[in-house]
Amino acid sequence: MLTLESVSAGYGRVEALRGVSLGVRRGELVCLLGANGAGKTTTLKTISGLVQARSGRIVFDGEEIHGLDAPEIVRRGIAHCPEGRRVFPFLTVEENLRIGAWTRRGAEIAADMDRVYASFPILSERRRQPAGTLSGGEQQMLAIGRALMSRPRLILFDEPSLGLAPTAVEITFGIIKEIRETGTTVLMVEQNAYGALRMADRAYVMEAGRITLDGAARDLLHDAHVKQAYLGG
Amino acid sequence: MQHGVARRSAIVLLAGLLLTTPFWLPNPYHLHILIMAGIFSILALSLNLLLGYTGLLSLGHAAFFGIGAYTSALLALKAEWPFVAGFVAAVMLAGGSGYAIGRLALRLRGAYFVLVTISFAGVASLVSVNWMELTNGPLGLPGIPAAEVAGFVFRTKRAVYYLVLAVAGLAYLVCRRLVRSRMGRAFVALRENEALAASVGVDGARHLGLATVISAGMAGGAGSLYAHYTRFVSPEVFLFSYTVTMVIMVVAGGKGTLAGPIVGAVIFTILPEALREATSWQWQMLLYGVLLILTLLFLPRGIVPALTAWRDRR
Repeated sequence: MLTLESVSAGYGRVEALRGVSLGVRRGELVCLLGANGAGKTTTLKTISGLVQARSGRIVFDGEEIHGLDAPEIVRRGIAHCPEGRRVFPFLTVEENLRIGAWTRRGAEIAADMDRVYASFPILSERRRQPAGTLSGGEQQMLAIGRALMSRPRLILFDEPSLGLAPTAVEITFGIIKEIRETGTTVLMVEQNAYGALRMADRAYVMEAGRITLDGAARDLLHDAHVKQAYLGG
Repeated sequence: MQHGVARRSAIVLLAGLLLTTPFWLPNPYHLHILIMAGIFSILALSLNLLLGYTGLLSLGHAAFFGIGAYTSALLALKAEWPFVAGFVAAVMLAGGSGYAIGRLALRLRGAYFVLVTISFAGVASLVSVNWMELTNGPLGLPGIPAAEVAGFVFRTKRAVYYLVLAVAGLAYLVCRRLVRSRMGRAFVALRENEALAASVGVDGARHLGLATVISAGMAGGAGSLYAHYTRFVSPEVFLFSYTVTMVIMVVAGGKGTLAGPIVGAVIFTILPEALREATSWQWQMLLYGVLLILTLLFLPRGIVPALTAWRDRR
């Protein structure tokens, strides 16, 4: 579904990606592991058009998408849940969802919003509240709901568990698994390597802008190097 | 329900008050202050679109005001255009310069936008002083005809009051419509987190550029009203202190709210005049400064947000 072929990208003179190649098949949940600064976030940003690739190819559903701008890539069916501040705090819950459907027009948007509210009743209760007043876990739900509003076929998650309370992490991972079970493909960057590998089908390990290891998530859980570097021995 | 009724009666009361003001406040000096408050309301509303909703700080807003004033004045004096056409041209030309500024400054955000807008106002001011043949330089342009709409001439202060009230009301409605639209949500999203906004597909440069055009156009309209009210335009319209006054009105009134800029404009137009009547000139600006500092100290988010919070707490 998604293929990266020796993609390089960077910021100014810094080269963050040095020829990254990876693939995600339809319906898979793939995770991207690695230390801080390894290039995981840049990989996601390059896919979603927030960073332009300097060389290499990115193919989504048989079409080259590198060089397209971010709105066009959202329109093609890729949603990006960035790390850090996940919602627009001064917009209401409903406005946050509405902006997720930014690239779409038409009547189905309301129906999709009802679907999100049905999946996350707490958001429905708080629909008129500014998103900044939600708890961390609720904000993450809202961010996921907002991503779903663009009707993506592939969702990119960047550190979905970062800064969340343990119970919220569990709920978030549950939601991501559900999203995958309803047929949406997921590529996710996650520092909680153990949790990520347990739910993923396959995983890639990045180091210094390159993919250094890949395989079935189950196998990587028992890989000596991965164990030592990312699973705390 | 009760809330809605209270709100509606408050709006009716306010509208009645504004519409009858010239009849129970016949003093022309007081009326003059209210007219200036109306013109500054339009300017503050326009600046608030940028500063309050998109988060862009324009420190050259007086330039759009001045361009509007000069456009309207020159077209009336040299080409004998009717007021309405001059007003539209003032809005368009100011909006057009807003477009140019946006194209120039929005490649880089933040401080660069501020710097470009300041320099732009400086250039506009220099042109108005030095291009003698067109602008008559520092002597200014006297003898601008009074505004005229469909045969009615706005010659008295009372008439101008209603004209300014109508345009300010229109500016308010435009802002309200815009802020509550899809585009308004994009403005706020870009202010809060541009990277996140980009990730959902909002085109930042395009929307911020559009906000600059609309804001500049509104300021140009205010300039046109000012020119046809005072009947005289000089390079003073480009003064930096006008921009500072606008920023004070927006910030003290409550940036990012619809009513805030108007409340700020009315208070900070009346305040210096009231202080002038109450004290001697030495104390006037000092007290103005102290009152401003106290406002920002105790109501850091502005008067309107503070009132809203107080109402919600009750």
